[in-house]
Order: sequence, then structure tokens, then C-alpha cells
Amino acid sequence: MIIKILGSGCKKCLALEANVKAALSEADVKAEVEKVTDFVDIARYGVMSTPGLVIDEKVVSSGRVLTPPQISALLPTA
Amino acid sequence: MRDIFIWLNDQLLRMQWLSDLVTLLVRDVFGLDPASQIGGSVHFFIYDVIKIFILLGVLIFTISYVQSYFPPERTRRILGQRQGIGANIVAALLGTITPFCSCSSIPLFIGFTSAGLPLAVTFSFLISSPLVDLASVILLASIFNWSIALAYVVIGLVLAVLGGTLIGWLKLEDQVEAFVYQSPVTDHDNDGKISRRERLSYARDQVIEIVHRVWIYVLIGVGIGAAIHNWVPETFISALLGQDKWWSVLVATLAGIPMYADIFGTLPIAEALVEKGVGLGTALAFMMAVTALSLPSMIMLKRVVKLPLLLVFIAIVTVGIILIGYIFNATAPLFV
Repeated sequence: MIIKILGSGCKKCLALEANVKAALSEADVKAEVEKVTDFVDIARYGVMSTPGLVIDEKVVSSGRVLTPPQISALLPTA
Repeated sequence: MRDIFIWLNDQLLRMQWLSDLVTLLVRDVFGLDPASQIGGSVHFFIYDVIKIFILLGVLIFTISYVQSYFPPERTRRILGQRQGIGANIVAALLGTITPFCSCSSIPLFIGFTSAGLPLAVTFSFLISSPLVDLASVILLASIFNWSIALAYVVIGLVLAVLGGTLIGWLKLEDQVEAFVYQSPVTDHDNDGKISRRERLSYARDQVIEIVHRVWIYVLIGVGIGAAIHNWVPETFISALLGQDKWWSVLVATLAGIPMYADIFGTLPIAEALVEKGVGLGTALAFMMAVTALSLPSMIMLKRVVKLPLLLVFIAIVTVGIILIGYIFNATAPLFV
């Protein structure tokens, strides 16, 4: 599974990244976490407000810092 | 009643109390004469910096709270339901309550265009967004007066509506990079329906983020303003930008275009220029040129639109600003 964090490196993007990692270790799921910082690449996902969260190339949230439980709920059940 | 309004205006907006306090500080603590060159600069700097940061904090908080009701996805939906000039007007108005940074306008441009909004509407939004926002209006009222602030908003909105409409007429849809149209349209907001707590924390985060981003421009702007205020000879300024010089607006606009600064940083410069006898229209043209167009934002825009459209956009906004400058200079007695 590949998880991408869309954001130019703002504070909220870092917070989202931390929450994603927390959610992953909580659920004991292995995933690659990547950051997308170029605004054109971000816009290619159709995201207008950062931070955005992409799981396996699917945008699941934008403009919000999700909490670890909210992220866990979005993880595909293996 | 009128006296109460004037008193409130002087104390809350112009912060007369702060000016008095800083005068005390400069005179009694620093031992400088506030009327002297050095004392005057120190007073201008301290007073303006504190005033701008107080207003900035309060205003960004308030506006961000309002803004939390209008996430980009909702703005896009609202705009998609309208047609013709009405859509341009709504776009220009919504531009006044959107994020302050030109860096967020590119994702919005792509998001709007890929969803099928006409270029005319998107550009009305793009012009109005950095140019007119509620914070700058209140700051203008604080530094100049209410009639200037209102006139600024009205002409800013007119420029956005007309500029966007003109771009629409030119049918430049093929001048947008292809990938923009191919970008997916996602809709992940909840129509701006979030709890009050989330709105408050969003507004607080915005204040921190924006102050963090603009403080350096405010300091530089006030510094330049203080220097103009007390050190640059009036004869020099009026020789370059004086009311009687036909090229003053032209020079001010062309000088302002490549510069990148926040409106909060340019206001103190405009303030100092006007005090030195520069025409109101010239100072406003400079301010609009700095905020509406800048090299960094052009470089970003170049990645999503082709050169002809970029040039048309720059040309329309530049000509618009120059016209506004001359109109304001000609009608200045109405506002002062």
C-alpha cells in the first residue's frame, strides 16, 4: 500500500504525516508513506486545499488534518 | 452619535492611544524628540509595526472564521451554478474571502478549470483574490479613511469583473496546459459544515500561519515607509512621482509589478508616499501592482497556462491598475 501526503510542507502536512504513521503502527499495517510537495503534482490529484491524503492513488481527504482513528477507518481492511 | 463613531474610529482603527503611547516611549524612554528626524522614524516604525500586527491578528482570525464556511469546493459549486456577468461578480466577491497567499491560487485555478468553470469566472476570482480582502480594507480605513477603503474595494472588484470578462471574450481556453483539463475533480469537503470548535481552531491556525509568513514583509515595508517618511527628500519623491508628473502612475505600477510582497507590507509604503505628497492614485496603483502581480506568481502561473494567456492576463491587469491610478488621482479631492 502506498500512502501519499499532499502538501507543500506546511505545519498541517507534517501533523497529518505524523498521524498517518501513528495510525499505521497502531493498526500494525505496513505502508509506504510518500510526500508530494510540488503544487502541480498536488493539483493533478484534483486537490485544492492541502493537506491532502491519498491512499493507493485515491484521494480520501483534503484540507483537513485527520486524527489517527479517522485515518485507520480509511485504511483498506486487509 | 457621530462623535462616538469618530472616537471609536480614532481609537480602535487608527489607534490614537497607541500613537500617544509610542510618543511617550520615544520621548521619555529613548530621550528622542518625536518631531525630529530620528525620533519621527522610530515613532513611525514602532507605531506602525504594532498597529499592523494587532489589526492583522484580529482581522485574519475573523476572516478565517468566515472563510471556513467557504472551502474551495463549495466556492466552485456556487460559481458553477451561475452564468454570465453574475458569475464574474460572485467570483470577484468570493475572491475577497479566500486565502491571502498567491501560492494557493494555482491549485484553485486547476481545480476550477478542470471542473469546467469558464476562464472568465476563474480569472475574475484570481484577480480579486490577492487584490481585495477584508483585512486590507480595514487596514486601508485605519491608515487613510473609510471612503478611500470603500473606493479601493469597489474598483478592485470592478477590475476583477471586467478583467475576467475580457479574458472570457478572447476565447483563450486552448491556452491552458492540457493536463489542467485532465485533472480529476474531487469533492471531499463537507460543504463547510464543521463544528464551531473546528472553525475556531482553523482560524487560530490561519493567524499563526499567515503572521509567520508575512511578518518579514511587514517589517521591511514599515522600514521602507519610515525611511521615506523622514529621510528621503520630498523634492526627490515629487520629482519622480509628484502629482504634476504625468508618468507617476506608470512608474509606480511598473516598479510594483515584479515585487512580491503582501498587501500588509505595502500599505505602510503607500502611507508614507501619500504623506510626501504623492497622489493617492499613484500610491494605490503601486500597492495594487505589488499585490496583484509578482514574478513568483507569474512563474507559477506559467506552469499551468501558455505564454499568450499569461501575457494577456498581465496586460489586462497592468492596464487596469494604471487606469485606476489615473482615475483616483483625478478624483482624489473627493476622498480626502
